Amino acid sequence: MSHTDTNDGKIAHAHDPRYGINIMIWITLLSLTVITIAVAGIDLGNYTLLVAMFIAAIKSAFVINYFMHIKFEDLLFKLFLVGVILVLLVVFVLTGFDVFLR
Amino acid sequence: MSTNSSTNVAHEEEHGHEHVHDLRDDYGSKLGMWLFLFTELLLFGGLFLLYMAYRFEYFPEFQLSAKSLKIWMGGLNTIILLTSSLTMVLSIIALQRRKIKASIYWLITTISFAFGFLVVKYFEWSDKFSHGIFPGGEELALKTQGEKIFYGLYFSMTGLHGLHVIIGMIILTFILVFIVKGKVSPDRFVLLENGGLYWHLVDLIWIFLFPLFYLLH
Amino acid sequence: MSDSTVSTNGDYVNFYQYKGKHTGILGWLLSVDHKRIGLLYLGSMVTFFLVGMTLGFFMRLELWNPGQDIMGPQTYNALFTLHGIIMIFLVIIPGIPAGFGNFFLPIQIGAEDVSFPRLNLFSWYLYTIGGLLAVASLFLSGGPIDTGWTFYAPYSLRTGTEVIMPLMAAFILGFSSILTGVNFVTTVHRLRAPGMTFFKLPLFIWALYSTAWIQIIGTPIIGITILLVVVERLFGVGLFDPAMGGDPILFQHLFWIYSHPAVYIMILPAMGVVSEIIPTFARKTIFGYGAIAVSSIAIAFVGTLVWGHHMFTSGMSDESRWVYSFLTFIVALPSGVKIFNWVATMYKGSIKAETPFLYVMAFIFLFSIGGLTGLVLGSLATDVHLHDTYFVVAHFHYVMFGGTIFIFFAALHYWFPKMFGKMYNTKIANIALAIMVVGFNMLYFTFFILGYLGMPRRYYDYLPEFQGMHQFATVGSWVMIAGILLMFINLFLGLKNGKKSGNNPWGGMTLEWTVPSPPPLLNFKKIPTVKYGPYEYEHYDEVTNNVN
Repeated sequence: MSHTDTNDGKIAHAHDPRYGINIMIWITLLSLTVITIAVAGIDLGNYTLLVAMFIAAIKSAFVINYFMHIKFEDLLFKLFLVGVILVLLVVFVLTGFDVFLR
Repeated sequence: MSTNSSTNVAHEEEHGHEHVHDLRDDYGSKLGMWLFLFTELLLFGGLFLLYMAYRFEYFPEFQLSAKSLKIWMGGLNTIILLTSSLTMVLSIIALQRRKIKASIYWLITTISFAFGFLVVKYFEWSDKFSHGIFPGGEELALKTQGEKIFYGLYFSMTGLHGLHVIIGMIILTFILVFIVKGKVSPDRFVLLENGGLYWHLVDLIWIFLFPLFYLLH
Repeated sequence: MSDSTVSTNGDYVNFYQYKGKHTGILGWLLSVDHKRIGLLYLGSMVTFFLVGMTLGFFMRLELWNPGQDIMGPQTYNALFTLHGIIMIFLVIIPGIPAGFGNFFLPIQIGAEDVSFPRLNLFSWYLYTIGGLLAVASLFLSGGPIDTGWTFYAPYSLRTGTEVIMPLMAAFILGFSSILTGVNFVTTVHRLRAPGMTFFKLPLFIWALYSTAWIQIIGTPIIGITILLVVVERLFGVGLFDPAMGGDPILFQHLFWIYSHPAVYIMILPAMGVVSEIIPTFARKTIFGYGAIAVSSIAIAFVGTLVWGHHMFTSGMSDESRWVYSFLTFIVALPSGVKIFNWVATMYKGSIKAETPFLYVMAFIFLFSIGGLTGLVLGSLATDVHLHDTYFVVAHFHYVMFGGTIFIFFAALHYWFPKMFGKMYNTKIANIALAIMVVGFNMLYFTFFILGYLGMPRRYYDYLPEFQGMHQFATVGSWVMIAGILLMFINLFLGLKNGKKSGNNPWGGMTLEWTVPSPPPLLNFKKIPTVKYGPYEYEHYDEVTNNVN
């Protein structure tokens, strides 16, 4: 999809909106939900949280890219999103310096 | 970035009224919506930060308390929200394909799913309340500090999320009315897209809340 | 300067004369015109500033003698809390961005308005509701809030005074701030005139753009913190309450994750105004445009990471203390870039020392003192000695009052002719500035010494040996207030009977000086096409003759 011509601010949806791909995404998301519940039953020790968060991250990547359409948006939207997530992560790390080392 | 071009060209002067800028800028609307979503993300970010700190401090108590939450209820709500996200997308696609009736139908389905989520949540919370587990409840008062914090986080985070589900329902209902009235149409659907973005964010938050509270064994 | 390139009578309708659907007071309260909204903000802010100043005046008066003079300790606690809440949340944070930003951002980028004009009006309403709630909380049964503007838990959970209402006020003000931020970022991306690339933006816009991003990223965190304190007071969830296993230090983290970046929300727009005023009065291209522009973003980013330096004595981990201390020193780099570039701009310029320029000179002097004492507080060892003393109060007032508010005044004097089409008496304005600077230093420099000697902040009483210095500071506060009042009276008289100012009294080159004063409703007859950077004085005639 191209936003090169945004003079009138109307977005031309050049790509064909399809039902199929989104239903596939939905099935994937449901499967990942089942997997994350199944994995939670296994004792992975310290990795439990890591695995759960990893699966959640994959799920949200699907939601953001397809349902929320980021994959088809301008580079600007992607940069902003990545920047905000990075700032959030850095804030977590810096707070961790206090919380984990106190 | 394609933003060097101006959108000012297309402005129509309207004499005699308060000047209303009938500059249509779907790109700008979407950009503004995303910026707003970032603020929502960070709003929950503060709570996730607290969760991180307290989980580190009280891990055994967290595990213990999490057992009292029913995985099937959380799982059911996960499925409900994921499916509602799909129907939301289908509603947008239908409108883009000029199938207004189908779009309305999918949007009503989405709102119904949202309501279903709240019903499940209601049974979950009232179950806890009936056992005296709520802030200030007699049963919770007897528990250890770590457990109190777990339930404190549980009620604050799912509560705030529930509030967002309600707000989402209101927004989507308004958009539904707009579609029926023709204000949101196959040629002018950015409002529906923005409502959808908000709804997906609600789903996104739940994707993280579910494993953090229900899957702690 | 030529002050009559375009006659300001008859051949256009300015935004005051314009009659829309609503007229009279409703024409303002329901107007979505960014200029009217900007003036609504400015009017509200000046009002709240005078209220906050009065509270400060009474605080200083109470400290004339040790012990009770004119009020009891509880009243004193309420006064410093409200002084903080009003000055920070209602004056300094929205001050330059919402007031001058609203008025000049669209004009400077060559647009007719902001991207979301109705949302813009809505944020002003949120601001007003927040302000009224804060004032209304004074009269509720519990009595005015006494926690200090920082609302630290667990005291804010326990105090019997009215906490929820002012907290909700702060929450609503935060929401207003977020909406303004969203609006400005979108506007800068979408509505720049043809040819105005990012690196041709005036530096004020760069500063507003960085500020808007901090508003978007930081404000939600204070939002959730405030909500949690409210929930805590209503339901006793226990998240910040040590009795229930909560950790009050986490409250401090959440609070400062926003409130430290918030000081950059306060100072960055002021730095942007300085970057406008200096080239105009030195009649010279700004030195290091790119460096100043990028340093705004750098300050915004690094400033987001240093909140822990407010908590050195809170009992957080040693590792985090040196990490935050180190990051704090890094902020000095982009700030230094700005100061040196400003000074370098003046070098070999043909400087006209008019009123706005003199305010900027006062700013550079006061802000440098404030900035350098910030380093004293940023170092771990000295901070332990000076924490929670008058030294901190002095540092804060030098950067926030000497920094932001002085530039707020500078901006008032710089853009006054553009906003109102009239000129004030510059001689009296300069005298007012001189009085203010003298009073300011008498008041706040004394605080440095008091703090160094161990006078704790927020105390209602003090040891007898501090009396001399306290009285000197109080006299200083009178001098300063006299200067401020003289300045406002002079501006008011200028508004009533000032001479016509013309479109470009200072010889500025940014786009607002190419439109008539006061500007017409949609700012431009025809959207300009931008060819040159904002301060390229070699093209002065071409740019300014291309009059709208």
